[in-house]
Amino acid sequence: MDCRFDFCFVRGECVVFQTLIASATVGAGGATSMSFTSIPQTFTDLMLVVSARSALAATVSGQYLRFNGDGANNYTWVAVFGDGSTASSAASSFGFIGNGVGASATTSVFGNAQIYIPNYTNSALKYWSSELVGENNGSTSEIRLLTGLWNNTAAINQISVNFENQGSNTVQFSTAYLYGILKGTGGATAS
Amino acid sequence: MSLTKIVVNCETGITEEVELTAEEIAELEAARTQALADREAAEAEAARIEALKVSAKAKLVSGEKLTAEEASLLIG
Repeated sequence: MDCRFDFCFVRGECVVFQTLIASATVGAGGATSMSFTSIPQTFTDLMLVVSARSALAATVSGQYLRFNGDGANNYTWVAVFGDGSTASSAASSFGFIGNGVGASATTSVFGNAQIYIPNYTNSALKYWSSELVGENNGSTSEIRLLTGLWNNTAAINQISVNFENQGSNTVQFSTAYLYGILKGTGGATAS
Repeated sequence: MSLTKIVVNCETGITEEVELTAEEIAELEAARTQALADREAAEAEAARIEALKVSAKAKLVSGEKLTAEEASLLIG
């Protein structure tokens, strides 16, 4: 069997394909967001892996996403963070991912986030889960586990990520990698 | 300095650094104001909770009556 991608062999079958769709890197001068448009509708799920640092003059900086350019108050989430028992929830015109790294954190460290978006093409409401770990060389930092709801039934064809609801630049060398996930025997799309 | 965003077209593979439109800049400015207000509110709330914890601890040591909020902070 021709398994060219990750997570292929489980008991001799290709049950999940993971394919890099596209990547983005922020250049000199920074950028307000990193966006992926015209996302192919041929996968089952999406996974977005982000390494980023904010220009905000703070140790931590909130990191957000937006689907299909929807700027309405359609994003809600609940999260646990810090000590593992404190919870938070909110609603916004951006979807929260977690608290990344700000300009006051240790020089040159970046926060790391992984966002999973299941069944992004179907007609149900869309969910995302994320884990984001900041780094600050052992001092103030945060890990946050989060699940969010985008109150919209449209297929997702565009995703953007930013800091502080675009209120702070994402600095140079920040990256985002968008992967498509195929589930089902032989890599077939399955909801 | 102009404000830009990175846009990757997954169909063509083309990456562009696009200048923000006037509408996007207006949204960004509003977001910055809101983010600053949210941050200040969060920091104020965190400081208030910390002060309540200190107060509750002092009251426990001195045998004073705690407020319901102080008690909740200590025992959940």
